[in-house]
Amino acid sequence: MLAVRQQTALRPWLFIGPALALILLFLILPFVLTMAFSFSDQRLVPNPNVPTEWIGWRNYARIFENEDFVRTLLNTAYFTLLVVPLQCGLGLAVAMLINTKLPMRQLFRGVYFLPTIISMVVVSVIWFSLFQLDGFFNTALSSLSFGLLNPVDWLGNPKTAMPAIVLMSAWQGFPFQMVVYLAGLQSINHDLYEAARLDGANRFNEFWHVTMPGLLNTHILVVMTTTILAFKLFTQVELLTKGGPSGVTDTLVRFIYLTGFRQGKVGVAAAAAVIFFLIVLVISLIQRRLVKEERAVE
Amino acid sequence: MSTKVERLFLMVIAIALLAFVLAPLMLMVATSLKADEQQILLDFGNLKAFWVNPADMSLENFRQVLNDKTSPVPRYLMNSALIVVCIVFFGVFVNSLAAYALARISFPGRNFVVMGVISLIIIPMEALAVPMLLMMNQIGWVDTYQAQIVPFIAHPFSIFLFYQFFAKIPKDYDEAAYLDGATHFKIYSQIIMPLSLPAIATVSILQSLEYWNAFLWPLMVTRGANVRPVSLALAQFFGTPPPVWGDVMAFSVLMSAPILIVYLLFQRWFIQSAMGSGVKG
Repeated sequence: MLAVRQQTALRPWLFIGPALALILLFLILPFVLTMAFSFSDQRLVPNPNVPTEWIGWRNYARIFENEDFVRTLLNTAYFTLLVVPLQCGLGLAVAMLINTKLPMRQLFRGVYFLPTIISMVVVSVIWFSLFQLDGFFNTALSSLSFGLLNPVDWLGNPKTAMPAIVLMSAWQGFPFQMVVYLAGLQSINHDLYEAARLDGANRFNEFWHVTMPGLLNTHILVVMTTTILAFKLFTQVELLTKGGPSGVTDTLVRFIYLTGFRQGKVGVAAAAAVIFFLIVLVISLIQRRLVKEERAVE
Repeated sequence: MSTKVERLFLMVIAIALLAFVLAPLMLMVATSLKADEQQILLDFGNLKAFWVNPADMSLENFRQVLNDKTSPVPRYLMNSALIVVCIVFFGVFVNSLAAYALARISFPGRNFVVMGVISLIIIPMEALAVPMLLMMNQIGWVDTYQAQIVPFIAHPFSIFLFYQFFAKIPKDYDEAAYLDGATHFKIYSQIIMPLSLPAIATVSILQSLEYWNAFLWPLMVTRGANVRPVSLALAQFFGTPPPVWGDVMAFSVLMSAPILIVYLLFQRWFIQSAMGSGVKG
Protein backbone atom coordinates (compact mmCIF):
# COMPACT_ATOMS: atom_id res chain seq x y z
CA MET A 1 0.00 0.00 0.00
CA LEU A 2 2.81 2.33 0.93
CA ALA A 3 4.58 1.57 -2.36
CA VAL A 4 1.47 2.49 -4.32
CA ARG A 5 1.02 5.76 -2.48
CA GLN A 6 4.65 6.66 -2.99
CA GLN A 7 4.28 5.98 -6.64
CA THR A 8 1.30 8.32 -6.99
CA ALA A 9 2.98 11.02 -4.91
CA LEU A 10 5.96 10.96 -7.21
CA ARG A 11 3.94 10.82 -10.42
CA PRO A 12 3.27 14.58 -10.82
CA TRP A 13 6.95 15.35 -10.33
CA LEU A 14 7.87 12.80 -13.01
CA PHE A 15 5.56 14.66 -15.39
CA ILE A 16 6.93 18.07 -14.46
CA GLY A 17 10.50 16.84 -14.22
CA PRO A 18 11.72 17.26 -17.82
CA ALA A 19 10.28 20.78 -18.15
CA LEU A 20 11.49 21.76 -14.70
CA ALA A 21 15.02 20.49 -15.33
CA LEU A 22 15.27 22.36 -18.63
CA ILE A 23 13.84 25.54 -17.10
CA LEU A 24 16.31 25.36 -14.22
CA LEU A 25 19.22 24.88 -16.60
CA PHE A 26 18.35 27.26 -19.40
CA LEU A 27 16.22 29.93 -17.76
CA ILE A 28 16.86 30.14 -14.02
CA LEU A 29 20.59 29.43 -14.22
CA PRO A 30 21.34 32.06 -16.91
CA PHE A 31 19.08 34.46 -15.01
CA VAL A 32 21.04 33.93 -11.79
CA LEU A 33 24.29 34.19 -13.78
CA THR A 34 23.14 37.49 -15.29
CA MET A 35 22.51 38.85 -11.79
CA ALA A 36 25.85 37.52 -10.53
CA PHE A 37 27.91 38.69 -13.52
CA SER A 38 26.48 42.17 -13.22
CA PHE A 39 28.49 42.50 -9.98
CA SER A 40 31.68 41.08 -11.48
CA ASP A 41 34.24 41.89 -14.18
CA GLN A 42 33.53 38.61 -15.99
CA ARG A 43 34.82 38.47 -19.57
CA LEU A 44 33.51 36.36 -22.44
CA VAL A 45 36.96 34.86 -23.00
CA PRO A 46 38.46 34.60 -19.50
CA ASN A 47 42.08 35.61 -19.16
CA PRO A 48 43.84 32.97 -17.03
CA ASN A 49 46.23 35.59 -15.63
CA VAL A 50 43.50 37.98 -14.53
CA PRO A 51 40.94 36.13 -12.40
CA THR A 52 37.36 37.38 -12.37
CA GLU A 53 36.59 39.52 -9.32
CA TRP A 54 33.55 40.87 -7.58
CA ILE A 55 33.39 44.59 -8.15
CA GLY A 56 30.13 45.49 -6.43
CA TRP A 57 27.95 48.11 -8.12
CA ARG A 58 30.74 49.40 -10.35
CA ASN A 59 29.20 48.02 -13.58
CA TYR A 60 25.96 49.84 -12.80
CA ALA A 61 27.80 53.05 -11.99
CA ARG A 62 29.75 52.63 -15.20
CA ILE A 63 26.78 52.10 -17.53
CA PHE A 64 24.88 55.07 -16.16
CA GLU A 65 27.95 57.23 -16.70
CA ASN A 66 28.31 55.72 -20.18
CA GLU A 67 26.83 58.05 -22.77
CA ASP A 68 26.30 55.13 -25.17
CA PHE A 69 24.17 53.25 -22.68
CA VAL A 70 22.07 56.25 -21.68
CA ARG A 71 21.58 57.09 -25.34
CA THR A 72 20.44 53.56 -26.23
CA LEU A 73 18.03 53.70 -23.30
CA LEU A 74 16.59 56.99 -24.55
CA ASN A 75 16.49 55.78 -28.16
CA THR A 76 14.61 52.66 -27.14
CA ALA A 77 12.17 54.77 -25.14
CA TYR A 78 11.75 57.11 -28.14
CA PHE A 79 11.06 54.15 -30.45
CA THR A 80 8.53 52.80 -27.96
CA LEU A 81 6.82 56.17 -27.60
CA LEU A 82 6.35 56.37 -31.38
CA VAL A 83 5.60 52.78 -32.25
CA VAL A 84 3.15 51.86 -29.50
CA PRO A 85 0.45 54.47 -30.35
CA LEU A 86 0.95 53.94 -34.09
CA GLN A 87 0.82 50.16 -33.97
CA CYS A 88 -2.02 49.95 -31.44
CA GLY A 89 -4.00 52.68 -33.21
CA LEU A 90 -3.58 50.97 -36.55
CA GLY A 91 -4.48 47.62 -34.99
CA LEU A 92 -7.65 49.04 -33.45
CA ALA A 93 -8.68 50.89 -36.63
CA VAL A 94 -8.26 47.81 -38.79
CA ALA A 95 -10.02 45.62 -36.23
CA MET A 96 -12.98 48.02 -36.27
CA LEU A 97 -12.99 47.95 -40.06
CA ILE A 98 -13.16 44.15 -40.12
CA ASN A 99 -15.77 44.17 -37.37
CA THR A 100 -18.25 46.03 -39.62
CA LYS A 101 -20.50 44.43 -42.22
CA LEU A 102 -17.73 44.77 -44.79
CA PRO A 103 -18.14 42.19 -47.57
CA MET A 104 -15.43 39.52 -47.73
CA ARG A 105 -14.10 40.52 -44.33
CA GLN A 106 -12.69 37.03 -43.67
CA LEU A 107 -10.55 37.41 -46.78
CA PHE A 108 -9.40 40.89 -45.76
CA ARG A 109 -8.55 39.66 -42.28
CA GLY A 110 -6.51 36.81 -43.72
CA VAL A 111 -4.50 39.13 -45.96
CA TYR A 112 -4.03 41.84 -43.31
CA PHE A 113 -2.52 39.23 -41.04
CA LEU A 114 0.29 38.42 -43.50
CA PRO A 115 3.02 40.92 -42.43
CA THR A 116 3.24 39.39 -38.98
CA ILE A 117 4.21 35.94 -40.26
CA ILE A 118 6.98 37.39 -42.43
CA SER A 119 10.38 37.37 -40.74
CA MET A 120 11.70 40.73 -39.57
CA VAL A 121 14.85 39.99 -41.57
CA VAL A 122 12.83 39.70 -44.79
CA VAL A 123 10.76 42.76 -43.89
CA SER A 124 13.94 44.77 -43.33
CA VAL A 125 15.34 43.69 -46.70
CA ILE A 126 12.16 44.73 -48.52
CA TRP A 127 11.81 48.07 -46.76
CA PHE A 128 15.49 48.83 -47.24
CA SER A 129 14.81 48.94 -50.97
CA LEU A 130 11.80 51.22 -50.43
CA PHE A 131 13.93 53.62 -48.35
CA GLN A 132 16.71 53.93 -50.98
CA LEU A 133 17.58 57.39 -52.27
CA ASP A 134 16.11 56.45 -55.65
CA GLY A 135 13.58 54.12 -54.05
CA PHE A 136 9.81 54.23 -54.11
CA PHE A 137 9.24 56.56 -51.13
CA ASN A 138 11.41 59.27 -52.60
CA THR A 139 9.80 58.98 -56.03
CA ALA A 140 6.36 59.18 -54.43
CA LEU A 141 7.47 62.18 -52.35
CA SER A 142 8.83 63.98 -55.35
CA SER A 143 5.85 63.33 -57.60
CA LEU A 144 3.33 64.21 -54.87
CA SER A 145 5.13 67.52 -54.28
CA PHE A 146 5.59 68.11 -58.04
CA GLY A 147 9.36 67.90 -57.61
CA LEU A 148 9.48 70.54 -54.87
CA LEU A 149 10.78 68.23 -52.16
CA ASN A 150 14.27 66.82 -52.41
CA PRO A 151 14.82 63.09 -51.94
CA VAL A 152 15.39 62.11 -48.31
CA ASP A 153 18.02 59.64 -47.17
CA TRP A 154 15.46 58.03 -44.88
CA LEU A 155 17.80 55.70 -43.01
CA GLY A 156 20.86 57.95 -43.21
CA ASN A 157 19.32 61.13 -41.85
CA PRO A 158 19.31 61.36 -38.03
CA LYS A 159 15.87 62.97 -38.07
CA THR A 160 14.13 60.35 -40.22
CA ALA A 161 16.01 57.14 -39.37
CA MET A 162 14.02 56.24 -36.27
CA PRO A 163 10.60 57.23 -37.69
CA ALA A 164 11.40 55.10 -40.77
CA ILE A 165 12.13 52.11 -38.54
CA VAL A 166 8.97 52.84 -36.55
CA LEU A 167 6.84 52.82 -39.70
CA MET A 168 8.34 49.56 -40.90
CA SER A 169 7.97 47.91 -37.49
CA ALA A 170 4.34 48.99 -37.22
CA TRP A 171 3.65 47.55 -40.67
CA GLN A 172 5.12 44.22 -39.64
CA GLY A 173 3.59 44.11 -36.18
CA PHE A 174 0.08 45.61 -36.38
CA PRO A 175 -1.79 42.36 -37.26
CA PHE A 176 -1.13 41.11 -33.74
CA GLN A 177 -2.83 44.14 -32.19
CA MET A 178 -5.58 43.87 -34.81
CA VAL A 179 -6.41 40.31 -33.85
CA VAL A 180 -6.43 40.99 -30.11
CA TYR A 181 -8.61 44.09 -30.57
CA LEU A 182 -10.93 42.10 -32.81
CA ALA A 183 -11.45 39.60 -29.99
CA GLY A 184 -12.07 42.53 -27.64
CA LEU A 185 -14.59 44.17 -29.97
CA GLN A 186 -16.51 40.95 -30.41
CA SER A 187 -16.84 40.57 -26.65
CA ILE A 188 -18.64 43.92 -26.23
CA ASN A 189 -22.32 43.39 -25.52
CA HIS A 190 -24.38 44.32 -28.57
CA ASP A 191 -27.26 45.67 -26.48
CA LEU A 192 -25.04 48.57 -25.42
CA TYR A 193 -24.91 49.76 -29.03
CA GLU A 194 -28.70 49.37 -29.38
CA ALA A 195 -29.21 51.40 -26.21
CA ALA A 196 -26.83 54.10 -27.38
CA ARG A 197 -28.64 54.32 -30.70
CA LEU A 198 -32.02 54.65 -28.97
CA ASP A 199 -30.51 57.53 -27.01
CA GLY A 200 -29.68 59.18 -30.32
CA ALA A 201 -25.93 58.61 -30.24
CA ASN A 202 -24.02 59.06 -33.47
CA ARG A 203 -21.09 56.91 -34.58
CA PHE A 204 -18.61 59.15 -32.82
CA ASN A 205 -20.52 59.03 -29.49
CA GLU A 206 -20.81 55.27 -29.83
CA PHE A 207 -17.07 54.97 -30.25
CA TRP A 208 -16.25 57.13 -27.21
CA HIS A 209 -18.96 55.91 -24.87
CA VAL A 210 -19.42 52.25 -25.79
CA THR A 211 -16.44 50.94 -27.75
CA MET A 212 -13.59 52.59 -25.89
CA PRO A 213 -14.79 51.77 -22.34
CA GLY A 214 -15.72 48.26 -23.47
CA LEU A 215 -12.14 47.74 -24.61
CA LEU A 216 -10.52 48.95 -21.38
CA ASN A 217 -8.92 45.63 -20.49
CA THR A 218 -7.94 44.98 -24.08
CA HIS A 219 -6.26 48.40 -24.24
CA ILE A 220 -4.20 47.64 -21.14
CA LEU A 221 -3.20 44.24 -22.48
CA VAL A 222 -2.37 45.44 -25.99
CA VAL A 223 -0.50 48.59 -24.95
CA MET A 224 1.59 46.84 -22.32
CA THR A 225 2.44 43.84 -24.53
CA THR A 226 3.39 46.15 -27.39
CA THR A 227 5.54 48.24 -25.04
CA ILE A 228 7.48 45.17 -23.93
CA LEU A 229 7.92 44.02 -27.53
CA ALA A 230 9.10 47.51 -28.51
CA PHE A 231 11.77 47.45 -25.82
CA LYS A 232 13.25 44.35 -27.47
CA LEU A 233 14.02 46.28 -30.69
CA PHE A 234 17.13 44.80 -32.28
CA THR A 235 16.86 42.91 -35.59
CA GLN A 236 15.66 45.72 -37.85
CA VAL A 237 18.18 48.18 -36.42
CA GLU A 238 21.09 45.75 -36.69
CA LEU A 239 20.19 45.10 -40.32
CA LEU A 240 19.24 48.56 -41.58
CA THR A 241 21.30 51.13 -39.69
CA LYS A 242 23.74 49.33 -37.36
CA GLY A 243 22.55 51.84 -34.76
CA GLY A 244 23.38 54.84 -36.94
CA PRO A 245 23.35 57.52 -38.17
CA SER A 246 25.43 58.92 -35.31
CA GLY A 247 23.87 56.45 -32.91
CA VAL A 248 20.27 57.69 -33.10
CA THR A 249 18.84 54.21 -33.69
CA ASP A 250 21.07 52.28 -31.31
CA THR A 251 19.00 50.28 -28.82
CA LEU A 252 19.21 48.66 -25.42
CA VAL A 253 19.35 45.09 -26.71
CA ARG A 254 21.99 46.11 -29.24
CA PHE A 255 24.05 47.61 -26.40
CA ILE A 256 23.85 44.29 -24.53
CA TYR A 257 24.83 42.42 -27.70
CA LEU A 258 27.74 44.71 -28.56
CA THR A 259 29.27 44.97 -25.08
CA GLY A 260 28.69 41.35 -24.11
CA PHE A 261 29.35 39.57 -27.38
CA ARG A 262 31.47 41.85 -29.56
CA GLN A 263 33.57 43.45 -26.82
CA GLY A 264 33.36 40.50 -24.45
CA LYS A 265 32.52 42.66 -21.41
CA VAL A 266 30.04 40.24 -19.89
CA GLY A 267 29.86 42.09 -16.57
CA VAL A 268 28.83 45.38 -18.16
CA ALA A 269 26.40 43.64 -20.53
CA ALA A 270 24.87 41.78 -17.58
CA ALA A 271 24.27 45.03 -15.70
CA ALA A 272 22.53 46.44 -18.79
CA ALA A 273 20.53 43.20 -19.10
CA VAL A 274 19.37 43.56 -15.48
CA ILE A 275 18.18 47.11 -16.19
CA PHE A 276 16.43 45.80 -19.31
CA PHE A 277 14.76 43.05 -17.28
CA LEU A 278 13.67 45.52 -14.59
CA ILE A 279 12.00 47.72 -17.23
CA VAL A 280 10.08 44.72 -18.60
CA LEU A 281 9.18 43.67 -15.05
CA VAL A 282 7.83 47.11 -14.12
CA ILE A 283 5.69 47.26 -17.27
CA SER A 284 4.16 43.84 -16.57
CA LEU A 285 3.54 44.71 -12.93
CA ILE A 286 1.73 47.89 -13.97
CA GLN A 287 -0.33 45.87 -16.43
CA ARG A 288 -1.24 43.26 -13.84
CA ARG A 289 -2.18 45.99 -11.36
CA LEU A 290 -4.39 47.83 -13.85
CA VAL A 291 -6.19 44.69 -15.00
CA LYS A 292 -6.83 43.60 -11.42
CA GLU A 293 -8.29 46.96 -10.46
CA GLU A 294 -10.58 46.83 -13.44
CA ARG A 295 -11.76 43.36 -12.40
CA ALA A 296 -12.31 44.54 -8.85
CA VAL A 297 -14.57 47.35 -10.09
CA GLU A 298 -16.72 44.88 -11.95
CA MET B 1 -28.10 51.17 -40.44
CA SER B 2 -25.12 51.59 -42.68
CA THR B 3 -25.95 53.49 -45.82
CA LYS B 4 -24.64 52.72 -49.28
CA VAL B 5 -22.19 55.64 -49.11
CA GLU B 6 -20.85 54.38 -45.82
CA ARG B 7 -20.38 50.90 -47.18
CA LEU B 8 -18.57 52.21 -50.23
CA PHE B 9 -16.35 54.30 -47.99
CA LEU B 10 -15.43 51.26 -45.90
CA MET B 11 -14.66 49.25 -49.02
CA VAL B 12 -12.33 51.97 -50.31
CA ILE B 13 -10.43 52.01 -47.01
CA ALA B 14 -10.27 48.24 -46.95
CA ILE B 15 -8.77 48.13 -50.43
CA ALA B 16 -6.29 50.94 -49.71
CA LEU B 17 -5.18 48.99 -46.65
CA LEU B 18 -4.89 45.87 -48.77
CA ALA B 19 -2.47 47.72 -51.04
CA PHE B 20 -0.49 48.97 -48.03
CA VAL B 21 -0.14 45.42 -46.70
CA LEU B 22 0.49 43.68 -50.00
CA ALA B 23 2.73 46.18 -51.80
CA PRO B 24 5.97 45.32 -49.95
CA LEU B 25 5.29 41.61 -50.42
CA MET B 26 4.58 42.10 -54.11
CA LEU B 27 7.80 44.06 -54.42
CA MET B 28 9.67 41.11 -52.96
CA VAL B 29 8.09 38.56 -55.31
CA ALA B 30 8.24 40.79 -58.41
CA THR B 31 11.91 41.69 -57.89
CA SER B 32 12.85 38.05 -57.30
CA LEU B 33 11.47 37.21 -60.75
CA LYS B 34 13.39 39.92 -62.64
CA ALA B 35 16.69 38.74 -64.09
CA ASP B 36 18.04 42.14 -65.13
CA GLU B 37 19.63 43.87 -62.13
CA GLN B 38 19.78 47.23 -63.96
CA GLN B 39 16.06 47.03 -64.65
CA ILE B 40 15.40 46.23 -60.99
CA LEU B 41 17.21 49.38 -59.87
CA LEU B 42 15.28 51.48 -62.40
CA ASP B 43 11.96 49.90 -61.37
CA PHE B 44 12.58 50.61 -57.66
CA GLY B 45 11.88 54.28 -58.37
CA ASN B 46 8.35 53.78 -59.69
CA LEU B 47 5.26 51.60 -59.53
CA LYS B 48 6.90 48.94 -61.69
CA ALA B 49 8.76 47.89 -58.53
CA PHE B 50 5.61 46.08 -57.42
CA TRP B 51 4.93 44.27 -60.66
CA VAL B 52 6.67 41.98 -63.07
CA ASN B 53 5.66 41.67 -66.68
CA PRO B 54 4.70 38.00 -67.17
CA ALA B 55 6.75 37.95 -70.37
CA ASP B 56 9.89 39.06 -68.49
CA MET B 57 9.55 36.56 -65.67
CA SER B 58 12.64 34.54 -65.02
CA LEU B 59 13.77 32.05 -62.41
CA GLU B 60 17.40 33.01 -62.97
CA ASN B 61 17.76 34.59 -59.50
CA PHE B 62 16.42 31.48 -57.82
CA ARG B 63 18.79 29.32 -59.85
CA GLN B 64 21.71 31.50 -58.80
CA VAL B 65 20.78 31.62 -55.12
CA LEU B 66 20.14 27.89 -54.90
CA ASN B 67 23.47 27.06 -56.57
CA ASP B 68 25.61 29.54 -54.67
CA LYS B 69 28.46 27.49 -53.23
CA THR B 70 29.50 30.06 -50.63
CA SER B 71 25.95 30.46 -49.34
CA PRO B 72 24.18 27.06 -49.44
CA VAL B 73 20.55 28.15 -49.18
CA PRO B 74 19.06 24.61 -49.22
CA ARG B 75 21.34 23.79 -46.29
CA TYR B 76 20.15 26.87 -44.35
CA LEU B 77 16.53 25.98 -45.01
CA MET B 78 17.10 22.42 -43.79
CA ASN B 79 18.91 23.72 -40.70
CA SER B 80 15.99 25.95 -39.78
CA ALA B 81 13.47 23.20 -40.52
CA LEU B 82 15.36 20.76 -38.30
CA ILE B 83 15.66 23.27 -35.45
CA VAL B 84 11.99 24.27 -35.62
CA VAL B 85 10.68 20.70 -35.89
CA CYS B 86 12.76 19.58 -32.89
CA ILE B 87 11.74 22.54 -30.73
CA VAL B 88 8.06 22.10 -31.59
CA PHE B 89 8.01 18.31 -31.27
CA PHE B 90 9.87 18.04 -27.96
CA GLY B 91 8.36 21.30 -26.75
CA VAL B 92 4.78 20.15 -27.21
CA PHE B 93 5.55 16.91 -25.37
CA VAL B 94 7.57 18.31 -22.46
CA ASN B 95 5.39 21.37 -21.86
CA SER B 96 2.06 19.59 -22.14
CA LEU B 97 3.25 16.82 -19.84
CA ALA B 98 4.16 19.38 -17.19
CA ALA B 99 0.89 21.23 -17.75
CA TYR B 100 -1.08 17.99 -17.37
CA ALA B 101 0.37 17.41 -13.91
CA LEU B 102 -0.26 21.04 -12.92
CA ALA B 103 -3.83 21.16 -14.21
CA ARG B 104 -5.16 17.68 -13.48
CA ILE B 105 -3.29 16.10 -10.57
CA SER B 106 -3.53 17.67 -7.14
CA PHE B 107 -0.34 17.43 -5.15
CA PRO B 108 1.41 19.51 -2.51
CA GLY B 109 3.40 22.38 -3.99
CA ARG B 110 1.26 22.56 -7.13
CA ASN B 111 0.13 26.16 -6.74
CA PHE B 112 3.66 27.21 -6.02
CA VAL B 113 4.90 25.64 -9.26
CA VAL B 114 2.04 27.22 -11.25
CA MET B 115 2.84 30.66 -9.85
CA GLY B 116 6.51 30.07 -10.54
CA VAL B 117 5.88 29.15 -14.17
CA ILE B 118 3.63 32.17 -14.72
CA SER B 119 6.17 34.57 -13.23
CA LEU B 120 8.91 33.15 -15.47
CA ILE B 121 6.95 34.08 -18.61
CA ILE B 122 8.15 37.65 -18.59
CA ILE B 123 11.88 36.90 -18.50
CA PRO B 124 13.07 38.06 -21.94
CA MET B 125 15.55 35.83 -23.73
CA GLU B 126 17.44 38.93 -24.83
CA ALA B 127 18.48 39.56 -21.22
CA LEU B 128 19.90 36.06 -20.80
CA ALA B 129 21.71 35.65 -24.12
CA VAL B 130 25.23 36.61 -23.03
CA PRO B 131 25.49 34.37 -19.92
CA MET B 132 23.82 31.60 -21.90
CA LEU B 133 26.56 31.93 -24.51
CA LEU B 134 29.15 31.49 -21.76
CA MET B 135 27.35 28.32 -20.67
CA MET B 136 27.41 27.04 -24.25
CA ASN B 137 31.13 27.78 -24.37
CA GLN B 138 31.66 25.77 -21.19
CA ILE B 139 29.86 22.66 -22.44
CA GLY B 140 31.23 22.91 -25.97
CA TRP B 141 27.89 23.56 -27.67
CA VAL B 142 28.92 26.63 -29.64
CA ASP B 143 28.10 26.20 -33.34
CA THR B 144 25.86 23.17 -32.84
CA TYR B 145 22.22 22.32 -33.47
CA GLN B 146 21.58 21.45 -29.84
CA ALA B 147 22.56 24.96 -28.73
CA GLN B 148 19.70 26.23 -30.88
CA ILE B 149 17.22 23.55 -29.78
CA VAL B 150 17.65 22.29 -26.22
CA PRO B 151 17.47 25.67 -24.37
CA PHE B 152 14.13 26.45 -26.03
CA ILE B 153 12.22 23.21 -25.54
CA ALA B 154 10.83 24.01 -22.10
CA HIS B 155 8.82 27.22 -22.43
CA PRO B 156 6.84 28.69 -19.52
CA PHE B 157 4.33 30.41 -21.79
CA SER B 158 3.59 27.15 -23.63
CA ILE B 159 3.11 25.41 -20.27
CA PHE B 160 0.73 28.19 -19.29
CA LEU B 161 -1.28 27.85 -22.55
CA PHE B 162 -1.61 24.08 -22.10
CA TYR B 163 -2.42 24.54 -18.42
CA GLN B 164 -5.26 26.93 -19.21
CA PHE B 165 -6.65 24.59 -21.83
CA PHE B 166 -6.37 21.41 -19.73
CA ALA B 167 -7.96 23.08 -16.71
CA LYS B 168 -11.15 23.68 -18.73
CA ILE B 169 -11.62 20.03 -19.74
CA PRO B 170 -14.34 18.56 -17.46
CA LYS B 171 -13.11 16.23 -14.72
CA ASP B 172 -15.51 13.38 -15.62
CA TYR B 173 -13.54 12.74 -18.81
CA ASP B 174 -10.63 11.19 -17.01
CA GLU B 175 -12.17 10.23 -13.66
CA ALA B 176 -13.90 7.19 -15.10
CA ALA B 177 -10.72 6.08 -16.85
CA TYR B 178 -8.76 6.60 -13.65
CA LEU B 179 -11.18 4.43 -11.66
CA ASP B 180 -10.83 1.76 -14.35
CA GLY B 181 -7.16 1.64 -13.49
CA ALA B 182 -5.74 3.73 -16.32
CA THR B 183 -2.43 5.36 -15.49
CA HIS B 184 -1.96 9.12 -15.63
CA PHE B 185 0.24 8.74 -18.66
CA LYS B 186 -2.48 6.83 -20.46
CA ILE B 187 -5.07 9.48 -19.59
CA TYR B 188 -2.69 12.19 -20.75
CA SER B 189 -1.83 10.56 -24.05
CA GLN B 190 -5.18 8.99 -24.95
CA ILE B 191 -7.81 11.31 -23.48
CA ILE B 192 -6.41 14.76 -22.76
CA MET B 193 -4.03 15.29 -25.68
CA PRO B 194 -6.47 14.22 -28.41
CA LEU B 195 -8.96 16.74 -26.96
CA SER B 196 -6.35 19.50 -27.00
CA LEU B 197 -5.61 20.00 -30.68
CA PRO B 198 -6.35 23.76 -30.51
CA ALA B 199 -3.78 24.20 -27.73
CA ILE B 200 -1.25 22.03 -29.57
CA ALA B 201 -1.78 24.08 -32.74
CA THR B 202 -1.40 27.39 -30.89
CA VAL B 203 1.83 26.35 -29.19
CA SER B 204 3.25 24.82 -32.39
CA ILE B 205 2.49 27.89 -34.50
CA LEU B 206 3.84 30.41 -31.99
CA GLN B 207 7.04 28.44 -31.47
CA SER B 208 7.53 27.78 -35.20
CA LEU B 209 7.26 31.47 -36.08
CA GLU B 210 9.57 32.42 -33.24
CA TYR B 211 12.38 30.04 -34.20
CA TRP B 212 12.02 30.13 -37.98
CA ASN B 213 12.65 33.87 -37.60
CA ALA B 214 15.22 33.67 -34.77
CA PHE B 215 18.06 36.12 -35.22
CA LEU B 216 19.89 37.32 -32.09
CA TRP B 217 20.72 33.93 -30.59
CA PRO B 218 21.96 32.28 -33.84
CA LEU B 219 24.02 35.42 -34.46
CA MET B 220 25.84 34.75 -31.21
CA VAL B 221 26.01 30.97 -31.12
CA THR B 222 26.69 29.89 -34.73
CA ARG B 223 29.98 30.35 -36.55
CA GLY B 224 29.87 28.75 -40.00
CA ALA B 225 27.30 27.66 -42.55
CA ASN B 226 26.90 24.14 -41.12
CA VAL B 227 24.26 24.83 -38.50
CA ARG B 228 23.30 28.40 -39.40
CA PRO B 229 19.55 29.02 -39.71
CA VAL B 230 18.04 30.70 -42.76
CA SER B 231 17.11 34.03 -41.10
CA LEU B 232 20.68 34.74 -40.06
CA ALA B 233 22.02 33.50 -43.41
CA LEU B 234 19.72 35.92 -45.25
CA ALA B 235 20.80 38.77 -42.98
CA GLN B 236 24.45 38.05 -43.75
CA PHE B 237 23.80 37.59 -47.46
CA PHE B 238 22.02 40.96 -47.47
CA GLY B 239 24.73 42.60 -45.37
CA THR B 240 27.49 41.80 -47.86
CA PRO B 241 27.58 44.93 -50.02
CA PRO B 242 26.57 45.78 -52.60
CA PRO B 243 23.24 43.95 -52.43
CA VAL B 244 22.34 42.10 -55.61
CA TRP B 245 18.63 42.81 -55.29
CA GLY B 246 17.35 40.01 -57.53
CA ASP B 247 19.25 37.42 -55.51
CA VAL B 248 18.43 38.96 -52.13
CA MET B 249 14.71 38.99 -52.94
CA ALA B 250 14.81 35.42 -54.29
CA PHE B 251 16.45 34.38 -51.00
CA SER B 252 13.73 36.26 -49.10
CA VAL B 253 11.01 34.47 -51.08
CA LEU B 254 12.63 31.10 -50.37
CA MET B 255 12.75 31.90 -46.67
CA SER B 256 9.13 33.11 -46.54
CA ALA B 257 7.58 30.43 -48.76
CA PRO B 258 7.42 27.60 -46.20
CA ILE B 259 5.71 29.82 -43.61
CA LEU B 260 3.33 31.25 -46.22
CA ILE B 261 2.32 27.78 -47.40
CA VAL B 262 1.66 26.63 -43.85
CA TYR B 263 -0.28 29.86 -43.25
CA LEU B 264 -2.49 29.29 -46.30
CA LEU B 265 -3.29 25.79 -45.05
CA PHE B 266 -3.93 26.68 -41.41
CA GLN B 267 -4.95 30.32 -41.55
CA ARG B 268 -7.66 30.08 -38.93
CA TRP B 269 -5.27 28.48 -36.45
CA PHE B 270 -2.67 31.20 -36.98
CA ILE B 271 -5.13 33.94 -36.15
CA GLN B 272 -6.43 32.03 -33.15
CA SER B 273 -2.92 31.48 -31.85
CA ALA B 274 -2.23 35.20 -32.10
CA MET B 275 -5.37 35.81 -30.04
CA GLY B 276 -4.15 33.17 -27.57
CA SER B 277 -0.78 34.84 -27.24
CA GLY B 278 -2.62 38.05 -26.41
CA VAL B 279 -3.32 36.83 -22.91
CA LYS B 280 0.41 36.90 -22.22
CA GLY B 281 1.68 38.90 -19.27
